[in-house]
Amino acid sequence: MRTSFGERMLDLIVSGFLWGIRILIVSVIVIGTIGTLRTGQYTSEQWIDFVVFGVAQGSIYALIALGYTMVYGILRMINFAHGDIFMTGAFGAYFIATWLTNTGFVDANPVLGLLIPILFAMGIAAAIAMLVERIAYRPLRGAPRLVPLISAIGASFFLEYAFRGFFGPGKYAYPPIKALEGSWEIFGIGILKVQIVVTIAAFIMMAILYFIVMFTKVGKAMRAVSENKDTAALMGIDVNRIIVSTFALGAAMAGAAGVLFSLVYRQIDFFMGFTPGIKAFTAAVLGGIGNIPGAMVGGLVLGVFESIGPSLFLEGLGITRPYQLKDAIAYTMLVMILLFRPSGILGERLTTKKA
Amino acid sequence: MKKENFLWNSIKTGMLGGSIALFICLIGMTEVFSKRDVIEKVITLGQFVLLATSVMTGLIASRQTSQLVGENRSLHRLTAGLVAGLMTGVVLALFVLAGDKVNIRAVFLNATPGLYNILTFEKGVSGVWVLPVISAVSGLIGAAFLLLPQAAQKPLTQATLFLFFMALFSGLFRVVLINQGTNWEKIAKYLYGQTGVTSEGALIFFFAVVIISVLWSWRGQSVKTSVAHLPKGGKLTLRLLAFAAIGYVALGLPQVSGPFIAQVIVTVALFILMGLGLNITLGFAGLLDLGFVAFYAIGAYTVGLLTSYGPFGLQHISFWAAVPIAVLVAMAAGFVLGLPVLGVRGDYLAIATLGFGEIVRLLAGSDFLAKYFGGPQGVIGIQKPCLGVLEPFVKIDVPRVCNGIELGKPQDIYYVAVAAALLIAFVAWRLRESRLGRAWMAIREDEDVAEALGVNLIQTKLLAYMLGAAMAGLGGAIFATLIGSIFASSMQLIVSINVVSLIIVGGMGSIPGVIVGAIALIGLPELLREVSEFRYLLYGMTLIIMMLSKPEGLWPSQAAKRELHHVEASTEAEL
Amino acid sequence: MAPILTAKKVTKRFGGLVAVNTVDFEIPDKSIVSIIGPNGAGKTTFFNCITGFGKADEGEIAFEGMPIQRLRPDQISRLGISRTYQNIRLFAEMTALENILVGQHIFLNSSWLSAVLGTPRVRKEEKMALDEAQRLLDFVGLKGQGDLLARNLPYGAQRRLEIARALATKPKLLLLDEPSAGMNPRESEDLTAFIRRLRDEIGITILLIEHHMRVVMGISEQITVLDYGEKIAEGTPKEIQSNPRVIEAYLGRGAATEGMATAHERHSKKAG
Repeated sequence: MRTSFGERMLDLIVSGFLWGIRILIVSVIVIGTIGTLRTGQYTSEQWIDFVVFGVAQGSIYALIALGYTMVYGILRMINFAHGDIFMTGAFGAYFIATWLTNTGFVDANPVLGLLIPILFAMGIAAAIAMLVERIAYRPLRGAPRLVPLISAIGASFFLEYAFRGFFGPGKYAYPPIKALEGSWEIFGIGILKVQIVVTIAAFIMMAILYFIVMFTKVGKAMRAVSENKDTAALMGIDVNRIIVSTFALGAAMAGAAGVLFSLVYRQIDFFMGFTPGIKAFTAAVLGGIGNIPGAMVGGLVLGVFESIGPSLFLEGLGITRPYQLKDAIAYTMLVMILLFRPSGILGERLTTKKA
Repeated sequence: MKKENFLWNSIKTGMLGGSIALFICLIGMTEVFSKRDVIEKVITLGQFVLLATSVMTGLIASRQTSQLVGENRSLHRLTAGLVAGLMTGVVLALFVLAGDKVNIRAVFLNATPGLYNILTFEKGVSGVWVLPVISAVSGLIGAAFLLLPQAAQKPLTQATLFLFFMALFSGLFRVVLINQGTNWEKIAKYLYGQTGVTSEGALIFFFAVVIISVLWSWRGQSVKTSVAHLPKGGKLTLRLLAFAAIGYVALGLPQVSGPFIAQVIVTVALFILMGLGLNITLGFAGLLDLGFVAFYAIGAYTVGLLTSYGPFGLQHISFWAAVPIAVLVAMAAGFVLGLPVLGVRGDYLAIATLGFGEIVRLLAGSDFLAKYFGGPQGVIGIQKPCLGVLEPFVKIDVPRVCNGIELGKPQDIYYVAVAAALLIAFVAWRLRESRLGRAWMAIREDEDVAEALGVNLIQTKLLAYMLGAAMAGLGGAIFATLIGSIFASSMQLIVSINVVSLIIVGGMGSIPGVIVGAIALIGLPELLREVSEFRYLLYGMTLIIMMLSKPEGLWPSQAAKRELHHVEASTEAEL
Repeated sequence: MAPILTAKKVTKRFGGLVAVNTVDFEIPDKSIVSIIGPNGAGKTTFFNCITGFGKADEGEIAFEGMPIQRLRPDQISRLGISRTYQNIRLFAEMTALENILVGQHIFLNSSWLSAVLGTPRVRKEEKMALDEAQRLLDFVGLKGQGDLLARNLPYGAQRRLEIARALATKPKLLLLDEPSAGMNPRESEDLTAFIRRLRDEIGITILLIEHHMRVVMGISEQITVLDYGEKIAEGTPKEIQSNPRVIEAYLGRGAATEGMATAHERHSKKAG
C-alpha cells in the first residue's frame, strides 16, 4: 500500500471533523433547549406566538422557494437573482398600494385593496424575470454551471442597484391595511390578523401553483421539460416557451411573496430581497430542490425553526440578545443541509444524474 | 432585405437605445454625471453618456443593414443610423413631454426638474425638439463611422477613448502636475479645467493620439522588429530601463500624489491580495467561494486583537509580529472551513461558502461575542507599523510610542501594501507553475479525471483553500492597520462579490488579470466619485456581459497566451 | 503467467438495473485482453469498477494480489492502473504538455513551499518532468504540439494525447476505452501497432474495450464477452469467433451489418 500516513490521517481528520460538527450542532440544540425550558421564562402562549410568526414567515419563504425549485428543476441552475425579483414585486406593489390607500379605496374594499397590489406585483415580477431570463440566462444554456450562476449574481446586483437608482437608498413605509390591524382570538389565543391573512394568502397561492403544475397543459409541459429537455422537444413542446413560463410563474409567486412580506414588516428597500432570497433557497434545498411540495415544507420548517430557535436553544446557552443570531441559524441550516443532505429532507424528486 | 423592413428595424433599434438612455436618466446617472465636464464649457459627462448611447445605437442600426445590397447601400446605412439616433432622442423627448403633464417623480426619484433641464438644454418644454435633432446627428455620426476605412476607424476610436480617459482623470493629472512647480502648473491649467479638459486640451489630446496612432500603424512594425532584433544585452537593458522607470514612479508616487491617491492605491493593493487569493481557489482550482471575505475578516481581526491598544487588545505586539500570525490563523481558518465544504460540488459550494461568510460576519458583529470582538462597535486603536523600536505598552487607549519611523499615513502603508502585493503575485506565479498549480487546474477542468491520474482531491483542494485564505488574511491584516479599526459591518458579502468580479474581469486564473481587474474595478470607482455611486450596478452589468461574451476575461491566461504565440509562430513559418 | 488483475463475482447495480452481474475475470500479466459486447453490456461500468470511479457493490477486485475495490481513484492510479475514456476527457483549457505533466503528478514530490522558494531540487524535478513529458509527446507522435491547448488539437491527436497522459502515470495496466472510435481503417491499423508496441517495448498490460472487430481480433490474446452485464464467453479470438453463444448474442445480431452497427453507435454517441 503506497498510501502515505499523512493521507490516511487527512481522511481521518475529515470524517472526524464532519462528525464533530454534527455532534456540536445536536448538542447546541439539546443543551440549549434543556437550559431554556428549565428556566421556564417563556409561557406556552409566547411559544405559540413564536410558532405562528414562524409559520407566517415560513409560508412567505415557501412562496419564494417555489421559484428557486422550479427553475432548478428545469435548468439545474441557481437563480441567484430570484430574491431581487421578490424585491421588485414589493416595490411595484408599494406604489399601487400607496395610491389606493390615499384615495381611500383600501379602506372601502380591503379585499380588493390587498388583491390588486398582489396581482400588480406578480405582473411586474414576472415581466422583470422574463427580461432577466432573456438577457442574462438564455444565451448561457449548456455552459458549465458556474457560468450562469455568476451571470445570475450579476443580474442580482444589477437589479438591486438599478432599483436603488430609481427609488433611492432609503426605506419606504408600506401602507398598512386598516382591516388587518389588531388580532383575532382563536382558541383563546390572540393571533395577529396580518399573520393569519398572510399565511392563508400564501397557502392559496401555493395551491394555485400546485394546480397549475399538476393539472394544466403548461404545467405538464414543465414537468416533461424538467425530466428531459430533448425528449420534450421531440414531443412538440416549445422548450424555450416553457422555460420562460417557468421563470414567469416562479417570479409571480415571488412577487406575491413580496407584498405579503411588506405587510408583515411594513417597510421595503432595494436590498430587502437578499436575506429572504438566501433563506428561501435554504428552504428549497431543505425540501429537496426540484421538488415543489418539498419547497413548501422546507419553507415552513425553516420559518418555524428560525422563529423559535433563538429563544429555544440559543438563550438556554446563555447567549445575550440571541435574536441577533436569527439569520445565523438560517445560514447554519443552509450550510448543514448542503454538507450532510444536499438531496433535502424529502429527497430529490428531480435527480441530478445527468447534470 | 426590403427597404421598409430595414427602416422598421432601425426604429426598433432606436427605441431600444432610447430605453437604455431613459434607464440611464432614471437611475440618476445623467444628472450626477452632468456635474462633471468632459470638455469644459462644451460637453458634460452626462451629455456625453447620452450622446454616446445615440452614437452606438446609430452604429448598431447601421451594422444591422450590412446584408443590404443595391446601389444606394451607403445611403441606406446612413439613413438607418439617422433614424435610430432620432428614435433614441424621441423616446427621451416623449419622456420629457410626459413629465410635463404627469408627476413622474412621485415614483421615480430622479425625474427631477434638473433632469428635464438637461434633456431640454435648459429651454423648458419648448426646447424638447433639440435632443432628437442632436441624437439624430449622433446616430448619423455612428453610421458614418462605419463607412470609414478601417485605417481611419482605429485612430479615431483610440483618440476618443484617450480623450475620455484624460477627461475622467483630469483632476488627478491636474493635481500631480501642479505639484511639480510653476511651469508645470501653467501647462496643467492650459490642458485641464476644474472637472474636465479644456477645449484647447481636448484638441491637443485628440490630434496627438491620432497622429501617434497613424505613425505607429505606418512605422510600428519596423520599430517592433528592430527591438526584436536587438542583441540580447540590448533587450535586457531596455527591460531594465522599463523596470527602473516603473520602480521610480512607484516609489515616488505617494510623495507627489498626496494621501487620497495613496489610500486608493493601497485599497487596490489589498484587493489585489484578495484577488490573488481567490484566484487560487476560483481561477486555478475552479472552486467558487462567495464567503471569501471571511478570511479577510479573520486576518484583520487577528491583527486587530493582537496589536490594539484599545479595550479589546489581547496582546500588544508589533504589527510585524502580528502579520505572520494573522496569515497562519487565516490559513488555519481556510483548513477548518475548507474541510467540510470540499465534498460539496460546484454551485452548491458557492452557496455554502456564502453561508459561512455570513455566519462569520454575524458572529463577529453580535453582542454575544462582543466581549471578544467588540460587537457592532468593532475593534479600535490598532497599532500602526513601526520601523524601529516600539516602546513597551503602558495602558489602554495609549498607543505604543515608536522610536523610529512610524508608518501611520496612507502614503507610508502604501509601501507595505504594494510590496505585499508584489510578493504575493510572485508566490502565486510560482505556485501556478508548480506541480500543485497544474493539479489545481486539472481539478478545475475535470475533477474525476484528475483523481484518476493520482491527484488527491481533498489534499489539493484544501491547499487551494488554505493558500487562498492566507493571501486574503494578509490583505485583511494590512487593512486593519491602514484603517486603524475594524467593524464586522465592513465585512459584507459585497466584498466577496467585488473580488469575484475583478477576477472575472481580469480573466480566471490570470495573475496580471487580477491586477488589471483590481485597478479597473476598485481603483477607478474610488477615483471617480461620480461613478462610485453606480459601481455595483456597473459590476452587475459587467459580470453578465463578461459571462455572455468572454468568460475567460479581458486578459488571456498563460495557457491561452502561450497558444496565441504558437499560432503566430506557425503562421510565420508557413509564410 | 500470473494474473495482474483478478475480479471475483463483481456486481454493480444502478437502482434496479444490474449493470455488471457476478463477473469473474482475470488479466494475465503482460497480455492484451479485450472486452467486447453489445452497447449497454456493462463494459464501461466494469472499467469504472476497476478504476474506482464507481465502487462495485459486491465482489472483489485485486491488483497484483492486493484488494482495490475500497480504494479511491487516486490511490488506485498510484498502484499502477491508468485509463482513457470513451468520450475523450482531456483538460481542455490546458496545453498538451500540461496535460501530460498532470499525469506525472504522483512522481513529483516537491511541496508547495519549496515550489514557491524555487529550490534547486524543485527545479531539477521540474526539468526532469518536462523532459519526460516531451518524450511522451514525441512517443505518441505529437512532437512540437506541446504548447497547443488540448481542446484545439484534432480528434486523432486528442486520442493520442489521452494515451500519453495515461502513460505518464507509468501504469502497469492500461485500460483503453474504445481507442479506435472515430478512426478510419488506416488510423486504427496504426493504433493496433501502437498498442502492440506499448506491450512489447514497455511491458504494459493492456485491457481494451473495442467495437472494431478487426482491431479486436487482430490484437487480443484473450477476449471476454459481456452481454447484459454477464460474462457469456471467454477465450482466444478464434474460440470467440466460433462460440455459438457469442454469435447468437452479439455477432449474430450484428455480424452481417457490423460496419453499420459501429457507424450507428458512433452516431448515437454523438447525440447522447
